[in-house]
Parts: sequence; structure tokens; C-alpha cells
Amino acid sequence: MNTEYCEVDMTVLKTKKIDKVAMPSSQRLLSELPREKLVWMLQRMCEIRYFEEKAEDLYVRGLVHGTMHLSIGQEAGSVGSIATLRPEDLIIHHHRGHGHTIAKGASLTLMFAEFLGREAGYCRGRGGSMHIADIPGGNLGATGVVGGGIPTAVGIALALQMRRSDQILLSYFGDGASNEGEFHESLNMASTWKLPVVFICDNNQYGMSMHRSKVMNIENVSERAASYGIPGKTVDGNDVLAVYEAVLAADEHARSGQGPSLIDVLSYRWRGHSKSDRNLYRTHEEIDGWKQKCPIKRFKKVLVDAAVMTSDDVEDIDKTAKAAADRAAEEAQTFPEPSPENLEDEVYAL
Amino acid sequence: MSTDTTREITYLEAVREAMVQEMRLDKEVFLIGEDIGTYGGAFGVSKGMLEEFGSERIRDTPISEAAIAGAATGAALMGMRPIMEVMFMDFLTISMNQLVNQAAKMRFMFGGKCSIPMVIRAPSGSGTGAAAQHSQSLEAWFVNVPGIKVVAPSSPADAKGLLIAAIRDNNPVLFMEHKLLYRMKGPVPEETYCIPLKSAEVKREGRDLTIVAYSIMVPRALEAAKKLAEEGIEVEVVDPRCLKPLDTETIIRSVCKTGRVLIAHEAPITGGFGGELAAVIAGSEAFDYLDAPIRRIAGRDVPIPYNRTLEQSAVPQVEDIVKAARALAQEGR
Repeated sequence: MNTEYCEVDMTVLKTKKIDKVAMPSSQRLLSELPREKLVWMLQRMCEIRYFEEKAEDLYVRGLVHGTMHLSIGQEAGSVGSIATLRPEDLIIHHHRGHGHTIAKGASLTLMFAEFLGREAGYCRGRGGSMHIADIPGGNLGATGVVGGGIPTAVGIALALQMRRSDQILLSYFGDGASNEGEFHESLNMASTWKLPVVFICDNNQYGMSMHRSKVMNIENVSERAASYGIPGKTVDGNDVLAVYEAVLAADEHARSGQGPSLIDVLSYRWRGHSKSDRNLYRTHEEIDGWKQKCPIKRFKKVLVDAAVMTSDDVEDIDKTAKAAADRAAEEAQTFPEPSPENLEDEVYAL
Repeated sequence: MSTDTTREITYLEAVREAMVQEMRLDKEVFLIGEDIGTYGGAFGVSKGMLEEFGSERIRDTPISEAAIAGAATGAALMGMRPIMEVMFMDFLTISMNQLVNQAAKMRFMFGGKCSIPMVIRAPSGSGTGAAAQHSQSLEAWFVNVPGIKVVAPSSPADAKGLLIAAIRDNNPVLFMEHKLLYRMKGPVPEETYCIPLKSAEVKREGRDLTIVAYSIMVPRALEAAKKLAEEGIEVEVVDPRCLKPLDTETIIRSVCKTGRVLIAHEAPITGGFGGELAAVIAGSEAFDYLDAPIRRIAGRDVPIPYNRTLEQSAVPQVEDIVKAARALAQEGR
């Protein structure tokens, strides 16, 4: 699949096509970023992959009651963007949200506990995979209704602005959500008020079964930024450093009071939409083609080629992440189920 | 409620006074909605507030009811106390995803680890010739959504005390303001006070029959009661004031006393809140005291029409209540 990248030229509010994300900036980032940061990025990407593979495994073994939406193949998007944040910054995201949650620092054990519906889970077994929130950790939750988190993001960012906070918010949604009315209302409002939020489109190219080319008459979601008078950029979502670079610039834009940006992180979902998906709408060749572009393999190679770390270092990180996911899943299965006795407790706050 | 500082003001002024007093007290309270600034709101409720509080806290918005509801929900999630004004209750249809799927659910869905302290102020009801899309009473939808509270005051004093309670409540509260009540005058204490949600009030005492009514139906029921008193029928009028949570005790006590109950609301009868009230009464100890079937008088199952005569015949008027109550008072005797 041929992919074009574009950038909205703010001076004339015109979309111009650009060839591809320039490699030299990745090279520059490799030398500028501290090694710990790069290690952190690879660790989180591996953890997300292994968490989701393990989640799938638990599901196949019949240990999971509900559904799940896997982001395997999209790890560079969540990690590359959240890597730009300060610890106190916030995120709000969507049903395919394991990646953002792990990147924002959640415990794999408490995530598995929620996935398995246990009382110890992040939402005490009330939310499940689709709604994991870690409020103290700055993860203000995953919304299951497509696009539903975007208007809420406006309010979160509004509170930050009214309180004169230095914090910013990353608001994630999918390519399908960019066709919702809520997307339009929210980007218009946020840009009008110059709110400190970065809108990030986790563009995996399919809204359930519908390829983006069948549901929008533009090439790139980022072109929509022009109608809100905000910067828009499509980046290679399989290149964690390209995502990092684009989101960091948008962060600075937001933090300095200049308002939101729209970053379109173009990647691909390897797995089906959810457990019911039989992949009838795409070919195995297409899926295999994108698997060849694996963001984790790619980042590992970049790190080794640039001599940031050895291939042994890289494989150690990989193995450690796998062991952490396995251990977390085992531990979570030992936690007790919630009791129906206090079911109504948290419907209303006191 | 009456104190030394009590004076006559309108329902509209009482709503404004509640907001102004709370905004002076708590800088996290702000008002957000369409044309609420210079224009003063479609009904003039926020008139003058922009001058005192500025455009940041009296926040005019684009015509974007979904984003307005989202902006209120998100700010509430952050611990602020937004008051969202929707221009007409009918337009909440455009806000529903944020209100029903986000605001009402987030606390529970996230394991009780956050709260959404916001108020949705919604001018409701018919009687202004605004026809089908600007006249609805949609309370039954919201009452059926766990996580939202629903308040429908019928007097200036109740409007002020309940709105202050709603602003201080840590949950999403739908606050219905009937458009025909805005000009109603009544005694309202000047100082800040709260009327706890879940507190029904007996608006008039009587021995022969109970009318349970809320919002615009309360003044109509009181007028009907006056007329029936001339015929020797003593009507007790109970106003739940808050539909959710519901003070069932006060309602049941009244029905136990009178043995007859008529439930009155403006919203269409089918699936209306009156069905819930009837079920609550029928399932309580009041059942044994009933001398006649529980009766309902409510809006007809039609969209609100434009023509004045048609509009009035779509929802219960004083004469309709008089007739229904008179019949019920005689029933089974």
C-alpha cells in the first residue's frame, strides 16, 4: 500500500504532499535523546506487544468474559507520543487503549486484573479491557463509543487552561472517529479557544471493516486540520521516532498557548477489530505486508545500527518484557472477583 | 422557606441568583452555553453575569451541543463545577453521547475513582408556541440512566435552593427549568441556602385526594385544588421536586392519608415518569389504603403542536386536572 505523508502549511492553510518522513531527523533524535529514553521506548513497545499477545492467549483459553481490541502493530504510535510527555501531563483515549495505558505507566498486573474482571483491577472489574483508566497516573480513561472521548478532551483541556496549568493533554481516537460529528465540534471548539491539547489520530486505516478510502474523500486525516486553522501532520506510525518528533512539536505548540494540533499517526492493525472479526474485508497479503513493517523490529534495528545498544541488549529488553507480561497475567489470575453486594456503590459520588 | 431577607423575585431571577452566589463563592464554578454572554441567554437567565464574571467563566460557545456537553464533562472530571446551559431541552438530543455514555458512566465504569460534578440546565416544556422541537419534557429518558440525577423545581424558592444543591452535588444533575415558570414570582430568601435533593414537599394539605405533580404541573394542581376546595374537595399537592433520587416516603405518606392519588406531568403519558410514581405507590404500604385506582393525567402521545388551542390540548391544563381530580374523588364511592 502506497502511503503519502502530508503537512498543512499554516501560512496559506493548504495541504501539501511531502515525500516521506525524513530519516535524518530520526538519526538526529538518536543522538539527541538520552539512551534511557530510547531504552524506555523499546521496553514499553515490547511490553505492549507481549501484554496483548498474552491477553489474546487468555481470551483463546476461555478465561476472559468480555471483548478486547488489540493494537498489535500500532505500538509506535502510543509509545512515541507518550514519550514526549512530562509525568504530570494527561491522556484520554479509546477502546483500543492497552498501548496508551502501558505507555502512560500502568501496572501490567492491574491491567490484566481489569481484563479478567477482578476487584483489584484498575476499574474494580467494572470497566474491562475497553475502559481502563488510571486517574492518578494521568490516564483519564478509555471510551468505547467511537469519538466519544474527543468532546470530553475539550473539557479537560479547558480546565487546564482555566487553571493556568502547564500540563497538556493528548486526546487519542481512530481514523473512523474522525468521521463523527463530535470530532468536528470538538476540534473547532478547541482551536477557537486555543486549548492545550494534541489530537492524535491512531490511524490504523480501518473503521472496523471499512478502509479509510471508502469513508472519506481525502487522502490523509491530517488534511482536516486546515478547516480548524490548526497544524496537521501525517506521520509514519510505524516509526516511533517520527511519531515522537511530530508530537513533541505539537506539545510545545499546545504548552505555549498556541492551541491544538492534529497528528495523524498512520499505521496498521494486525489483528481483527475485535474478537468477532474474520478479516473478510482485507487480504492476507495486505496484513503480511504490514507485518513486514513491524514497528518493534524496525526500532530494534535502528537502535542496533546506530550502536545505541547491542543486539544482545535489545533481546534482553524483549525477554524481560515478555517475562513481565507472563508474570503479570499469572498474578492477576490469583486475584478475587468483585462481589455483587456493593454493585451500586459507585454509581453516584457522595 | 422564609427568612428576614425574603423578598419577591421571579423564578428566572432565582436561578440567576443561585448561579451568581455560587460563582462568587467557588471560582471552580462556571457557566458554559450558547449566547449566554452579551445576549444574556435565550431566555435572559444569565443577563448581567458576563459583566461580573468575565468571558472566561461566562463562556459563550459555538453552536455545538455535543462539544458543550463534553467540555462540561471533561472540566467536571478535572474537579471543576461547570454549569452547562442548553438553549432548549430538546437540544440535549445532540448532547446525549457525552451525557449518557460519558458523564453518567465514567465514575462507575472507572471503578469509582473519579466524579463528574456538573449541572445541565435545561429550559423545558410547552406553552410558548415553539412547536415540536422546542417544547419537550424529556425527563423520563434521564431518569432511566443510572449516574444522573434529575431535578424539576416548581417555584422560585425551590429553584434557588435546589440549583445551589445541584451545583454542590458531586454528580451530573439535570436541572429542568420550565419556560412558563420563568416569570413566576415568589418569596425567595436573599442568602445562600440549599434544599437537599431527594426532598419532596407537600405544597398544599388536604384529606380527600393527593395530586403528585412536578414542574409546571404544581402551580396548575394548586389552582385546581383551589377550585375543588370550593366544591368541598380537599386536595393535597405533593411536589417530588427531585425525580431522581426520589423522596418516596413523603409521597407514600400522603397517599396513605388520602387513599386516592392522581399523578400529573406534562411529558407524554406513555413511558412517562408517572408510570414510575404509580409503581412506587402501588408497591408500597399505600396500596392497602387506596380507595380507588391510581390515576395519571399527562401529556398526550403527540409531538407538541404549534397552534395555541392544539398546544394547550396536548398537555394537562388546570381544567383538565380539576376534571380528573373530581372524577377520582368520586370514584368507587
